[in-house]
Amino acid sequence: MLIKRPADIKSSEITDKELYLNRRRFIQGASLGAAGLAAGLLAPGLLGPAGMAWGATKLDNVAKGKFATDEPWTPLKDITSYNNFYEFGTDKGDPKRHSGSLKTRPWTVEVEGEVHKPRTFDIEELLKMPLEERVYRLRCVEAWSMVIPWIGFELSHLIKAVEPTANAKYIQFVTLLDPEQMPGQRREILDWPYVEGLRMDEAMNPLTIMGVGLYGEVMPNQNGAPIRLVVPWKYGFKSAKSIVKIRFVEQEPPTSWNLAAPNEYGFYSNVNPTVNHPRWSQASERRIGDFFRRKTLMFNGYEEQVASLYKGMDLKKLY
Amino acid sequence: MKASTWGKPFTWFKAFAFAASLIPAARLVVGLFTGGLGANPVEFITHTTGTFALVFLMLTLAVTPLRRLTGYASLIRLRRMLGLFAFFYTCLHLSTFVVLDHFFDPAAILQDVFKRPYITAGSVGFLLMVPLALTSTAGWIRRLGGRRWQQLHRLVYFSAAAGVVHFLWLVKADLREPLIFAGVLALLLGYRLAVWRNAPWGKKRAARSGVSP
Repeated sequence: MLIKRPADIKSSEITDKELYLNRRRFIQGASLGAAGLAAGLLAPGLLGPAGMAWGATKLDNVAKGKFATDEPWTPLKDITSYNNFYEFGTDKGDPKRHSGSLKTRPWTVEVEGEVHKPRTFDIEELLKMPLEERVYRLRCVEAWSMVIPWIGFELSHLIKAVEPTANAKYIQFVTLLDPEQMPGQRREILDWPYVEGLRMDEAMNPLTIMGVGLYGEVMPNQNGAPIRLVVPWKYGFKSAKSIVKIRFVEQEPPTSWNLAAPNEYGFYSNVNPTVNHPRWSQASERRIGDFFRRKTLMFNGYEEQVASLYKGMDLKKLY
Repeated sequence: MKASTWGKPFTWFKAFAFAASLIPAARLVVGLFTGGLGANPVEFITHTTGTFALVFLMLTLAVTPLRRLTGYASLIRLRRMLGLFAFFYTCLHLSTFVVLDHFFDPAAILQDVFKRPYITAGSVGFLLMVPLALTSTAGWIRRLGGRRWQQLHRLVYFSAAAGVVHFLWLVKADLREPLIFAGVLALLLGYRLAVWRNAPWGKKRAARSGVSP
């Protein structure tokens, strides 16, 4: 197994994108040929080209963003084959396996509630927002982590466009509800649709982005296409995927995991190594690709940017 | 295992079962060298060895009911082997936790064992298996005497229950898999309870407590 050295070479410099895409096409072609032979020996889905329809659409006019970590990027293959997106199943391979059925066009995001200018955005309009590449750490509540080069725009741009009223204290995010496209919703694992929320100041923080892509390309279905939230100092489940509705509200909105297990998942769910999950420790994490666990950082290493948001709050109670 | 204890027509079947029981472990070894264990190999190994520890516990517990229901008495000769495979996969599961997950960090391991109920349950399940594996030889059956040996080996019921609880307590929201194991275990233990109640001593006891058999 690999033991990684700190990055002295940017991983983007190691493999040219055109090269690895070509390589991937070659491997796909080769594995299709081998699939017939291997089908009897290998677990189903291991070689399946399903979910690989993505790979062609590059995003243009993307600026280099702020706050980039210089840690090595998690390989694209791992980002797109290992994640939680319960709308497609509870196994971490399910999102890739089952998200081919998600239709991301046409797609609209409805903005409503405590705003002066409620309106429905077409996804094409949102893609014209000032896009930036943000290389963020992602820490899952299950104690694994990745480094992901997201592409997105600051949520604050969208917020300013709809002019929140003085009553707008929180924002709720709603994921698509459609069991036809999202087979995981056919079982009552969570109370669908998936809902998440942020306090207004958290939503306005420059770290908070609406993600529309990664690794230079449009968002793969399995990672929350076509548009998702990315809040890097909170556990991954706070970053709602495949969003269709954004609602400005006065009261703290309900959130899916909090509804499912209130003693385990709080509204804030900030990455915090000193507050353990009731059933497992949050003190350390395994970075995907690493052998050794590493210490989890307060606010996932974004203390400088966000600690002030929680001044005076007891984060042991408001976990 | 001595060849002389194998019934002759059964020999090939048992050898086949032995080889089949090694497949999950072999696939992990192959996957480890070919990169086929996914993005999080440690988690994959943990889940696979844990699942097969439970599978082999259930198979071990299925031997007696199957033997009685099918009348195929030779099945009993698979039981020790299946039980030892349950122990084998449990040991792999535990060493994955100690070596690959925590890399011998005693503080972290002890904290997990005593503070995380699902790990406590798993540890109990493992500890209950140790005396059973140690006394699985013909020599130990003789030394303890059949009856006492059998009583000792009823610990496997509690070990399996601890294993299922361990699984139930660690999942986040999707209880399907652990509930399947819980259902199978309930059937296997329920069968024994039914047999026990219909046995002469069971009837007597049930009659005394005023419960109709």
